[in-house]
Amino acid sequence: MNVETMIDAVPRLFDGLGVTLLLAGVTLILGLIFAIPLGVIRARGSRLLSAVIQVYTFCFRGTPLLVQLYLIYYGSGQFRPELEAAGFWWFFRDPWNCAFLGYTLSTTAYTTEIIRGAILAVPRGEIEASIAFGMGPFTRLRLVILPQAFGYALPSYSNEVVFQIQATALVSLITLPDITGIATVLANRTYQHYELYLTAALFYLVLVYAVLLVLKAVEARLTRHRRAH
Amino acid sequence: MKRIFTAVVTTLALTAPAFGQDVVRVATEGAYPPFNYVDANGELGGFDVDIAKALCAAADLTCELVAQDWDGIIPGLLAERYDMIVASMTMTEERAQVVDFSDKYAQVPQHFVMSDALGASVDASGDGIDALKTALNGKVIGLVAATAAEPYVRDTFGNSVTYRSYQKMEDALQDLVAGRIDAYADGAIPITESFLSTPDGNGFRLAGAALSDPSYFGLGNGIAFRQADDALREKINAALAQIIADGTYAKINDQYFTFNVYGE
Amino acid sequence: MTSLIQYGPLLLQGFAMTLLVSLAAFGVAIVLGLLGAWAKISGGRIARSIAGTYTVVIRGVPELVLILLIYYGLPSVVQNGVRYLGGEAFARFRLDFDPFTAGALTLGLIYGAFATEVFRGALQSVPRGQIEAGRAYGFHGWRLARQIVLPQMLRFAISGLGNVWLVLVKATALISAIQLTELMRTAELGAANTREPFTFYLAAAAMYLAITIASLLALRAAERWAFRGERAVA
Repeated sequence: MNVETMIDAVPRLFDGLGVTLLLAGVTLILGLIFAIPLGVIRARGSRLLSAVIQVYTFCFRGTPLLVQLYLIYYGSGQFRPELEAAGFWWFFRDPWNCAFLGYTLSTTAYTTEIIRGAILAVPRGEIEASIAFGMGPFTRLRLVILPQAFGYALPSYSNEVVFQIQATALVSLITLPDITGIATVLANRTYQHYELYLTAALFYLVLVYAVLLVLKAVEARLTRHRRAH
Repeated sequence: MKRIFTAVVTTLALTAPAFGQDVVRVATEGAYPPFNYVDANGELGGFDVDIAKALCAAADLTCELVAQDWDGIIPGLLAERYDMIVASMTMTEERAQVVDFSDKYAQVPQHFVMSDALGASVDASGDGIDALKTALNGKVIGLVAATAAEPYVRDTFGNSVTYRSYQKMEDALQDLVAGRIDAYADGAIPITESFLSTPDGNGFRLAGAALSDPSYFGLGNGIAFRQADDALREKINAALAQIIADGTYAKINDQYFTFNVYGE
Repeated sequence: MTSLIQYGPLLLQGFAMTLLVSLAAFGVAIVLGLLGAWAKISGGRIARSIAGTYTVVIRGVPELVLILLIYYGLPSVVQNGVRYLGGEAFARFRLDFDPFTAGALTLGLIYGAFATEVFRGALQSVPRGQIEAGRAYGFHGWRLARQIVLPQMLRFAISGLGNVWLVLVKATALISAIQLTELMRTAELGAANTREPFTFYLAAAAMYLAITIASLLALRAAERWAFRGERAVA
């Protein structure tokens, strides 16, 4: 094993780490913002709306992310004249936009179902109590259901965060230089694939467990009250 | 301990055909038409494939063709998944450090392809690589991973351009048409045959001088072998000389090209 | 559309290959998962730490990187190790996997880590009383495992294994990187040759979705079957 190659790669891989973090961070935040209302509708909204959202989450959770990314990135190229006419091409032209779109659609689908499950887990008694206190539906959601649901959702959501970070490894397949992409570029010049992918793997390993540590701490804070009983 | 080890490994060896070298396995890419491609039936075809078959026949070897994506083609050779690569590989110095090459069997010049408009601005910027540097400053350049052009372009253009990395030529050409990249560098013959000569290639052309720095592009295209594998390399070199002498090479050449792909 | 018809047979071959390699990988994952769960629950210190490292590493690294790492690294490491230890007799030893075996083993190795956690959870869900009752009736060792622990455990494992299977099928799309002509690779080929990427990736997406739907239906039936006794009591 050539340790020198691995050490030399570290500063270059930090450039890739920036791309990985940016992509995972932005899409996770966007995904959470979209998923909260969608999850509420899935759990408590009208049948029809809930069904429509379910079709979306089912399709995105039921197909490989790679196919989704290729559909958005390479697939949009097939409709360039139409997209240009409609004024959307500038968006699809940039691989960054395609990546943000694809990863946001994917994480939103998973997170929506996590939030739905968590809302359904909130004990009925608490909801009935809040009705008895005369809370309107929105106040009830804001003060009773959602704060509880976040506690229930956190373990699954921690998994989703980890999966999303790992999923960004595919972005090099639509031309962007993340950790995996840079490892590949370096491997192709030195022919030391094993060493470079091993270094990349160490980057992800440290990143994933650091994030998990932070999430564990958050989880402990959010569920304080439950352990107190 | 050693005996147990021997027993275990022998069992492994029996389950997988791990010993011996009766069949010579030949790798090609399958995404570099007309040199090598995969058709709608999933079959490999192209100039390289026909040359490989002719070489095996001339050297009296039993060969088996395998398709291998470009960025893994040298690692696969080193890992002994196959024994030689017939895939129009440019004999670069970086590659020659890890593999041995046959004698030259083709000459595929490397070029940039871009829109006619950008090409005109290259022409207007003067000669040689400096014209390309001036015209492409700030542009987006597509490269296929592990090609001969990749290290050259990255080293030459440095941070003056943005790079997009692809797995295969067709993906990069699609993005050139789509306007996602401004220019793409690769072998001029595949670019011409599979793109510029088709309707999709309207409005695009090769521009600037051929990329010819010998330390990056070597002297033509060769067949790659593992470095210890001199016996096979010599056999194939003899077979290459034979098929050139007996006209087999010319016959294959004429099926795919209107010019002599062997070059000077 | 005409291009889809032209490439239809190839896509269907890819579809079949995706199913086959998924099944093979799932088999490997189940075996590794049982071994891992056994090591974690009743193995010695060494077995426990091997199983622990295995699951921690696999769960912390993206599938694509693991696939590349295993594909580029593992055969060479084993090959060189065997040659080094084996001396003259093994100088030409070659670890030679065809893409199918390589794909099934790689994915099996990855999802074995997830199956380990599923089986561990399921084993811990088997009520201790049942095992004690089994012992009292004179069941020991393999008979205890086969007739009491495993059937109980499997019920609790079905839903978790179902999830592993669903994720595994989707992950097969990544092993086109190791030359297996599965669905994704045939779709890429069609997309490149016809320059109609949207058409082909959409077709591929539909085929993956079909596998997901069929799997979910099968999973529901399996769960109903596994818990048939429960409901009768309740």
